[in-house]
Amino acid sequence: MDQLTADLKRQIIEALNLKHLKPEDIGDDQPLFVEGLGLDSIDALELIVLLQTHYNIKMANPQDGPQIFRSVKTIAEYIRTNQTA
Amino acid sequence: MIKLKGRVYVAGTGVISAIGKSIPETLTSFKNHTSGVGKVTLFDTVYKDSLPVGEVKASNSYLAAQLSVNPDLTRTALLGISAAREAVAASGVDVQKWRTGLISATTVGGMDKTESFFVDFLKDPSRGRLRNVVHHECGSSTELIADDLGVKGFISTINTACSSSVNAIALGTRLIRHNILDVVIAGGTDSLSKFTLNGFNSLMILDQNPCRPFDAGRNGLNLGEGAGFVVLVSDRVKDEHKLKPSCVVSGYANTNDAFHQTASSPEGRGSFAAMQKALAMAGLSPDQIDYINLHGTGTLNNDLSEGTAVRRLYGDRYPRLSSTKAFTGHTLGASGGIEAVFSIMAIEQQCVFPNLRFETSIPGLDIKPQVAFESNINVSHVMSNSFGFGGNCSSIIFSVT
Amino acid sequence: MAVYIKGMGNISPQKTWGDEALLANPSDYSGSKLSAIEPDYAQFVDVKQLRRMSRVIKMGVAAGTMALRQAGINTPDGIITGTSFGCLEDTGVFLTKLIENNENALNPTPFIQSTHNTIGSQIALLLQCQGYNQTYTQRAFSFEHALIDAILELKENANQSLLVGGVDEITSYSHTIQKRFGIFRDRASSLNLFRNGRKGTVNGEGAVYVTLSGEKGEGNVVSLDSVLTIYNSYGSELKQKVSGFFQETSLETSEIDLVLLGKSGEKDTDADLENLAADLFPGASLGAFKHLCGEYPTASAFAMWLGARIIREGKTPAIVLDKESGRPLKNVLIINSYFEKYYSLILLRAC
Repeated sequence: MDQLTADLKRQIIEALNLKHLKPEDIGDDQPLFVEGLGLDSIDALELIVLLQTHYNIKMANPQDGPQIFRSVKTIAEYIRTNQTA
Repeated sequence: MIKLKGRVYVAGTGVISAIGKSIPETLTSFKNHTSGVGKVTLFDTVYKDSLPVGEVKASNSYLAAQLSVNPDLTRTALLGISAAREAVAASGVDVQKWRTGLISATTVGGMDKTESFFVDFLKDPSRGRLRNVVHHECGSSTELIADDLGVKGFISTINTACSSSVNAIALGTRLIRHNILDVVIAGGTDSLSKFTLNGFNSLMILDQNPCRPFDAGRNGLNLGEGAGFVVLVSDRVKDEHKLKPSCVVSGYANTNDAFHQTASSPEGRGSFAAMQKALAMAGLSPDQIDYINLHGTGTLNNDLSEGTAVRRLYGDRYPRLSSTKAFTGHTLGASGGIEAVFSIMAIEQQCVFPNLRFETSIPGLDIKPQVAFESNINVSHVMSNSFGFGGNCSSIIFSVT
Repeated sequence: MAVYIKGMGNISPQKTWGDEALLANPSDYSGSKLSAIEPDYAQFVDVKQLRRMSRVIKMGVAAGTMALRQAGINTPDGIITGTSFGCLEDTGVFLTKLIENNENALNPTPFIQSTHNTIGSQIALLLQCQGYNQTYTQRAFSFEHALIDAILELKENANQSLLVGGVDEITSYSHTIQKRFGIFRDRASSLNLFRNGRKGTVNGEGAVYVTLSGEKGEGNVVSLDSVLTIYNSYGSELKQKVSGFFQETSLETSEIDLVLLGKSGEKDTDADLENLAADLFPGASLGAFKHLCGEYPTASAFAMWLGARIIREGKTPAIVLDKESGRPLKNVLIINSYFEKYYSLILLRAC
């Protein structure tokens, strides 16, 4: 697991208060929403805040959420593409 | 099971919102299609220029001076006193003579003052002026309104988010029908605050432009503020005061969508059930409703869900309908009370209000709201919907006397 | 019309849940606040759903679940909640971040959770209860109005089960602010709250839910007869309203066996309550409850739980009793007072 993925898993668990999970419980490709972890629209908003707070990325359109937040892997890819400084 | 007897009449109404500080001012705005949505002017926020709101065009000191009350009162209380006084004056009822109650509703309470207290308090817990938090609780604003009106028989406050003040009016109606009270001043009040502006912004459901309820291009809501109250009376009060009230409360319902904390179910099950139950209580079929004042916040979710519920109830044959939130913004806990006053106005004036900024129907729903102010039509039965966070769905019907 | 109590749940500063005998080992607190003794919430809510719930919501959900389990009901027909302060912790969290971050990058969760109706709505969501759902927030009438609403609902349709509750929490912010108002003072022993006639009371918190129905079931031995809220009334006007309450019920004041007084340890108000009781109910046993739960707007919910347990068990715990009249416990009246502007009456009867 690369550092970004490892960090992301930790941050997601903290931001979404998934206290019953450890980073190794979340698969890189595991679906985060609906099935898999079963996250919902409020969690998506929290992930938007997470991107801003930890990675300085402002996602203006919540409609893009479902694609970007599909899995930890897709989030990591988005961060790599969009991170400024 | 007891059979409730008697009718509950609306003897008076009062309102204050972004489109007017009284009933006559409000009606003029409707007729002229003058929206009250604009920039934030009355408090400091980083969103001053980016998030439009429906502000009441009066500062706290102006309102306090007009009302001859303490200018340190919370804005929620000032707005509430204004509308409640107008309603009582219009009713012709001597509230002190009867078993009178006040049932208000608010979600903001004294938060407008609390948030400025907190700036100092967070730096040092011994700082911050205590007078800014003494009226923080929702029930406090109701005490202030009750004390102003001289009402002490029964005072209560409901907070079910955006459906609050419809529930207040429904409770008032029930208390009269159960012969516990004779007169009830019922409605709600909410002021704008940094807390709610930021709260809704964190949910990303605020439109950066003036909102477009029920339009395909809608992009969220605008927050608003204000207060709306009605004076409800029993048969006995009506007869003794020789009142000629324009309408009665004929039906109401409170259901829960139980789908999600903030989103409504796609099929609008809670809103559908609320409308259906209100109709059943009123003994009306859907086609007897002449106008629906929609909850119509302008969010993608609400309007689709509410529209779906309306479709399920009406198919193609829906009545004239509109959301007045394009005029006032979403006044949260006050919206039910304010829009109840608008619904009653529709009966009194035999008119319906436009749904501003509507251009294209929501795909798949094909609902076309009323786009122009229209009068000289028969308006006998009006339904008003209010749906809130936590799945709280309420609907109320007013019918000509 | 009688309304039957089918089940109850109580999370409070005493051990009021689980199998223990009524107030077998009362907890004593020093300082100015009494904090709730909380269960393991995983027994009541799935861990995945617990994650978003603040403490006050967990308390409410757990107490509600206890009341339903005791009543043998999965989903009630309606949920009616009274809470004066609402969800204070989340309000504080959101407000703090708003100020510290200068309105930037704010988490939506505390905002969503901060609305007063979140407690009742969360219960509805967990149980998929699409019925009547209401939240009252009129300070020390919040729980009483929830009860009055339930009584009206059951009069209209007796064949329903309604979950009715009173919930309020203490947070460190709220306690600090209330202390600055001078209403809470440090005490060496909460159980001795009424000794030494001091000024000021102690803060409390709790969540109580009861399952009510208009139809009597097997094993239902306590009924809720009537509720009255009295606002801004004092002296003879107050006494007149309390007497008037009895004219509406089928009871005489002389038939009250036990009066639970909402004394708070605040010397002057306590004296008013005691005089009222001595005047109107001279033959009744007298007890108190705020030395057990503290003073907070929905403390009367704790009192209702206590009164119902006393009727069920047929005796008043020593820690509650001030004066024993020796009468069998059939009719229990709660008279609550909240900083004098609010008085309320709840009448419970054995059935």
